[in-house]
Amino acid sequence: MFGAHYKLERHSIGFALAIIVVASIGGLVEIAPLFTIDETVEEAPDMRVYTPLEQAGRDIYIREGCYACHSQMIRTLRDEVERYGPYSLAVESQYDHPMQWGSKRTGPDLARVGGKYSDEWHVAHLNNPRDVVPVSVMPAYSWLSRNTLDMSDFDLRLNALSKIGVPYSEEMIANAQADAYGQAMPNSDRAAGVVERYGEATNVRSFDGNPDRVTEMDALVAYLQVLGRLTDAAYRNDSEEALEE
Amino acid sequence: MVGQLTKTERQFGLAIAVLVTLLGLAMAAAGRQDLLGVHGLIVVAFGVGAAFLVISGAHLPEPAKERLAHYYDDPIKVGIILSMIWAIFGLFIGVWVAALLAWPELTFDAAWSSFGRLRPVHTTSVIFGFGGNALIATSFHVMQRTSRARMPDQLSPWFVLIGYNLFCVLAASGYFIGITQSKEYAEAEWYADLWLVVVWVTYLVLYLRTLARRQEPHIYVANWYYLAFILVVAMLHIVNGLAMPISLASAKSYPIFSGVQDAMVQWWYGHNAVAFFLTAGFLGMMYYYLPTRAGRPIFSYRLSIISFWGITFFYMWAGSHHLHYTALPHWVQTLGMTFSVMLLVPSWASAANALLTLNGAWHKVRDDATLRFMMVAAVFYGLSTFEGSFLAIRSVNSLSHYTDWTVGHVHAGALGWVALITFGAIYAVVPKLWNRKSMYSWKLVEVHFWLALAGTLVYVFAMWNSGIIQGLMWRTYNESGTLAYSFLESMIAMHPYYVARTFGGLLFLTGAAVGFYNIWKTIKEAPAVQEETAPDRPATMPARVGTVEAGE
Repeated sequence: MFGAHYKLERHSIGFALAIIVVASIGGLVEIAPLFTIDETVEEAPDMRVYTPLEQAGRDIYIREGCYACHSQMIRTLRDEVERYGPYSLAVESQYDHPMQWGSKRTGPDLARVGGKYSDEWHVAHLNNPRDVVPVSVMPAYSWLSRNTLDMSDFDLRLNALSKIGVPYSEEMIANAQADAYGQAMPNSDRAAGVVERYGEATNVRSFDGNPDRVTEMDALVAYLQVLGRLTDAAYRNDSEEALEE
Repeated sequence: MVGQLTKTERQFGLAIAVLVTLLGLAMAAAGRQDLLGVHGLIVVAFGVGAAFLVISGAHLPEPAKERLAHYYDDPIKVGIILSMIWAIFGLFIGVWVAALLAWPELTFDAAWSSFGRLRPVHTTSVIFGFGGNALIATSFHVMQRTSRARMPDQLSPWFVLIGYNLFCVLAASGYFIGITQSKEYAEAEWYADLWLVVVWVTYLVLYLRTLARRQEPHIYVANWYYLAFILVVAMLHIVNGLAMPISLASAKSYPIFSGVQDAMVQWWYGHNAVAFFLTAGFLGMMYYYLPTRAGRPIFSYRLSIISFWGITFFYMWAGSHHLHYTALPHWVQTLGMTFSVMLLVPSWASAANALLTLNGAWHKVRDDATLRFMMVAAVFYGLSTFEGSFLAIRSVNSLSHYTDWTVGHVHAGALGWVALITFGAIYAVVPKLWNRKSMYSWKLVEVHFWLALAGTLVYVFAMWNSGIIQGLMWRTYNESGTLAYSFLESMIAMHPYYVARTFGGLLFLTGAAVGFYNIWKTIKEAPAVQEETAPDRPATMPARVGTVEAGE
């Protein structure tokens, strides 16, 4: 073995090729089957896509780097399930490009935060977390209420997502701007289209409490309120025995 | 420095600078409604700056043929200084974000200065800015010396160095203004990622071309590691970076993978960025600077082979240990855990090889802070790889994951191993590059050493404490069978440790600042070497006979 190596280390190209071969094996074995084994992602016929407003909120979540302190992945451990709700299933982040499972909980997990607090609470908390949670170390995101939501490229965003596998219809893409506006403007004529395209359960309301305009706060709160609510699969999943103490 | 380039190289350099400027203008024009436009202007500034530099030296005469009898060190000097600038900047941001977790109001009411945006600026600046520049600079130094050959040309090293820093600037500035993919340690957007591919391929080709010119029959072990670093980082970067831009006029893109597959790809990348950027590259550094500084040959050639191929093979399986108990299929988690534990063998083989090399030179470790930097780095390498294998065990991970223990582990590696070996290598190479007898002040090297060591220990102990307390509080039940602590209570318990961590980081930053001052003074004031005692030059004749077998 060492004799062979003694020869190999005299050839730079051969050595480089050997590195590529040896380093490729692990990734191929672990990653490729995740795309082909059907059980990797569960079936959930009720799984819906994010509305344009929720996706915009997700893009703000990404822009602000929330993953640095918040996970979106409840592990199969009893204390996590009791603290945060049913453990996360792969299908729940099926349309998440990129996934935001996170690696650190400086703040709590957000996988099932949707519906847990009121819109008013979220708005107050994001404006200044210490107004509602005095010991919080979270940054204040006061500019979210000040910034009008820029919807100009929402059709491009949905279109790009549809190209990489998120099932947005042409109608959804064509109406992306109108739907984003309508979801935060319940009294406008564009509100009806959102429910028509994304389902009865869609939240249509002024999330930031300001009915005059659509802000980044509207988008982010709309996203937070739908976290864990795109499918009921995790609640139907009756596998308590899978939990580990 | 432009005077060292041949006329042809100056012409090519100018052409590339003009091309980059045009590219920047196109980005600025297409993205004028978008944040992409801001980055277009930064690219233009780089292009114009480079063009201006070349033009300012265009009148200089063709460099003398005599230069070919020396190694080409100009880009190495610039790389070392850039590396130190990034270190100070990145460590400063690090101390700031650490302070924000203790005192969240210690910032401005502005988006750019919030924790979520500063944190990737910190990680990118220290890993890619400080670490990356140090790796590129030292690899240029090591590949020439161990091959006893000058680099094949003088333009491509500059392209690699300046191009790489353009990537780092695009990445870090992007996070400030809200351009990010929020993929850990790969936050940069699609166009910056594409640019890095161009730079990286040039780097690989330059490395292979230099090796092809070598006057030694064997490729020295340090080069194996630098090669693995370049090759595997390219693989990881390309696969993990695959993304769909929403339009060519926008900075925004969506990664093509989603959910569980994306999680696996991201951690396959993330953990192997640790393996091949923060480990393999710096092992290359260690395998050259530690034995040369100690004046001892590497303890064992066979141990080098075992640890090199062990690391190259095992590491690539280990990424899934970041995803224990998640929605990732169980079999992948188990594979990741198994290989992570096995990884201890090649890791400790390297650490042992380094420490045993010092046998017979321990008096130098006592007297010479530069060598002591490298020795302590090897110890931290051994400790943090042990800790890594330990944390990868599923049941341990159930406690440690999501807590500060992970942060402590990363910093034991990043501060204790990566930064200390880098400072050791820089202190070893600076006097040689600038032709000085020694550093400006050996006392300041001592001061830096103790500040760095104290800072690392304070940091790591604070995070061990906070992480384990956090993990235990989250899973503790009271007598009635319900969870004993709210999340908030666990957060309040962290406060003293976050204060201590900030202090540790401040010590480390102070040490780096002292180091930068010392390096600057060495360049400006330290007495020069009058005569060349041991000639530091490429071989002029092919020396294919009478080579020494490494370490045997």
